[in-house]
Amino acid sequence: MAFLTDRKRAVGWGAAKSGTEHHWAMKKSSVALLFLVPFFIFTFGGALGGTYEEVLAYYSRPFPAIVAALTILVGFHHFNMGVQVLIEDYVHGVMEKILILVMTCLSYGAAAVGVFAIARIAL
Amino acid sequence: MADVNRGNRPLSPHLQVYRPQLTSISSILTRITGNALLLAALMIVWWFLAAATSPEYFATADAVVRSWFGDLVMLGSVWAIWYHLLAGVRHMIWDEAKMLEIDAAEMLGWGVIIGSVLLTLFTIIVV
Repeated sequence: MAFLTDRKRAVGWGAAKSGTEHHWAMKKSSVALLFLVPFFIFTFGGALGGTYEEVLAYYSRPFPAIVAALTILVGFHHFNMGVQVLIEDYVHGVMEKILILVMTCLSYGAAAVGVFAIARIAL
Repeated sequence: MADVNRGNRPLSPHLQVYRPQLTSISSILTRITGNALLLAALMIVWWFLAAATSPEYFATADAVVRSWFGDLVMLGSVWAIWYHLLAGVRHMIWDEAKMLEIDAAEMLGWGVIIGSVLLTLFTIIVV
């Protein structure tokens, strides 16, 4: 390493040593959400305000149920990746790792609860 | 010779001397809206869980989601999600190295702000 200059050690790595995979995953999920979110807003918006029986009947139909499950799944995956960058920007050290772990548990935990609930209503 | 001038290089713009611009404000709002949507997302998941559990539990969750507090969160989140969605489209345009000139970037910024308000009004009328 003594023969390497700082420049030689840095070329090709960028500041974070990695990141294109994370960026590409954000892009893929954002394109999915670009289609899912408008469908979800107008299906969920229609269901909200209904009685218990109306809500169950509405989410027993394939289209609203699949849209809601996909939006929750992809949405929380996208959120988790986004909030990870937020934490990495402002928090450092042990607390950074703890917060990333907590938000990962929360994201996938909430996604699992949502998909489970919709499956139970729909099936 | 390559290792000289360590720690004596210009820093990125400091907040205290940084003049806010449309592009920076609209960028920060993208992050704030995206992360703030967590609250509405958790409320909606809870609402689904309650609907899947029992009529009594649904009545409780539905009352919270449709209370004045719930309405406030949902209204704010409708704007936030439209804003974040349009800002995402703006990033896709930028990723193709298009509309990066200051004029074009500021036009996109206004497009995101005005577009998100119009889509929010449209959502309130339709839903």
